[in-house]
Amino acid sequence: MQGFLTLFRKELVRFWKVSFQTVAAPVLTALLYQLIFAHVLSKHVEAYPGVSYSAFLIPGLAMMSMAQNAFANSSSSLIQSKITGNIVFLLLPPLTALEFFFAYLLAAVVRGLAVGAGVLLVTSWFGLGLPTHPLWVLIFALLGSAVLGTLGVIAGIWAEKFDQLAAFQNFLIMPLTFLSGVFYSIHSLPGFWRAASHVNPVFYMIDGFRYGFFGQADISPWLSLGVVGTSFILLSALALWLLHRGYKLRH
Amino acid sequence: MVPAIDISAVSRRFGQLQALDNVSFRVEPGEFFALLGPNGAGKTTLISAMAGLTRPDSGTIRIMGHDVVSDYKAARQSLGVVPQELVFDPFLTVRETLRFQSGYFGLTRNDAWLDELLFKLGLADKADVNMRALSGGMKRRVMVAQALVHRPPVIVLDEPTAGVDVELRQSLWSFVQELNHAGHTIVLTTHYLEEAEALCNRIAMLKKGRLVALETKDKLLARSNERDVALKLSSELPASLEALRLRQEDGRHILRLPELGALEGVLATLRQASVEVRELSMIEVDLEDVFVNMMQGGAN
Repeated sequence: MQGFLTLFRKELVRFWKVSFQTVAAPVLTALLYQLIFAHVLSKHVEAYPGVSYSAFLIPGLAMMSMAQNAFANSSSSLIQSKITGNIVFLLLPPLTALEFFFAYLLAAVVRGLAVGAGVLLVTSWFGLGLPTHPLWVLIFALLGSAVLGTLGVIAGIWAEKFDQLAAFQNFLIMPLTFLSGVFYSIHSLPGFWRAASHVNPVFYMIDGFRYGFFGQADISPWLSLGVVGTSFILLSALALWLLHRGYKLRH
Repeated sequence: MVPAIDISAVSRRFGQLQALDNVSFRVEPGEFFALLGPNGAGKTTLISAMAGLTRPDSGTIRIMGHDVVSDYKAARQSLGVVPQELVFDPFLTVRETLRFQSGYFGLTRNDAWLDELLFKLGLADKADVNMRALSGGMKRRVMVAQALVHRPPVIVLDEPTAGVDVELRQSLWSFVQELNHAGHTIVLTTHYLEEAEALCNRIAMLKKGRLVALETKDKLLARSNERDVALKLSSELPASLEALRLRQEDGRHILRLPELGALEGVLATLRQASVEVRELSMIEVDLEDVFVNMMQGGAN
């Protein structure tokens, strides 16, 4: 337990020491999206009855930022440790696979939540009211960050070079997060793209998160919870199995 | 008594390379043990296997009686390893590095021992300096401290003095000797044979993944009473001297004498056989020669 707490604290220290880059920068990016898209589209689109486009956009941006940063936290920490070689200091002590995994996972979730809170804060004057179902907001914030944090652990273990990780990030994580209904309701999409969105777990995170704010969304929050929860369980099982096997860490 | 390290029939293959080939030996508690061998002999693979960084294809390793695979927690608590590569976490200060390392081993209130380590390793005034700002030698000292945060009974140093200045080498060795006198078992690999000669009680030599020698230092050094002599003769070596001949190179016979005094008898034999000595030169034997000789396949 002490091993887990220590590694968790170390992972928090790691991103917090560079919080300008790990928290402030993604918050600013989200704010820029908000400024531009809200300006261009607010007069043309009303996503849900009674919900302005500016307000609609905010939870999507917040969840997208949480997801991307949770992924970035665990994956970049692991790849840096592997490439610089200091991962050996985590492999020599008697840390279990479970301690190792949850330390990286929770630090990723904390970073996700910090970024998400920051995004909500700086975009607050765009008309997003208080959530109608705060518990759903919290559940999807936690689970969404956890799914991407776990994916980050898997990518960090698998990647041997920075460009492999960058490929994972650019060709999987970015499309998944962008094509997930951040900027639109998927009901506005043509049939094929609507169907495609339904196989993207990030869509369910955003839709469930949005439901918490507006009390309405594209699909039921229970279905979203089921998909996101199942994704988390499956990915965690994979990550734990890789760690237990020592895949690419112990030779 | 439970051996500090018990290596039993350990083999490990990486693709075409047989990194370890059926290696077995024990290190007793309190020993100061050297593991020697040229690059690629398998020293680091063996240490990695002890530490659980590498998994053997077959064979078992126990540290203080704990199997490094099935009982890895207890085995790793008993073992402190200083890796060969100079690695560090650039986000942390020296003290943070040591505190985190303590925590990974389950220790929370460890500051008194960390202060002692910092003092003994000459790092006290660097405690709050970021790791990036340290010189290579200082980083190496931090790595030694990291391996000792949990006061392991068995300490393994993989080439700890490679690329390190003389002053650090000496202070490091006196510190390691102190640990050894306090009861810690020490295993080191080094390229500097004089270090092994000065510090260790027992020496193992690895070559191409195989154990080629395992002897006390005294026995190995006893071989340094032996003298090799190179002789160029006017005709063939008399049959009675055949037994002393190690090899023949460039028209010279290389004879191994049990001690220098035996040279007299050799010369007398040559005179009796009317063989003229054209050239004679001594080849000094020290641990290095014993070592090199073994690595070239001269022994076993």
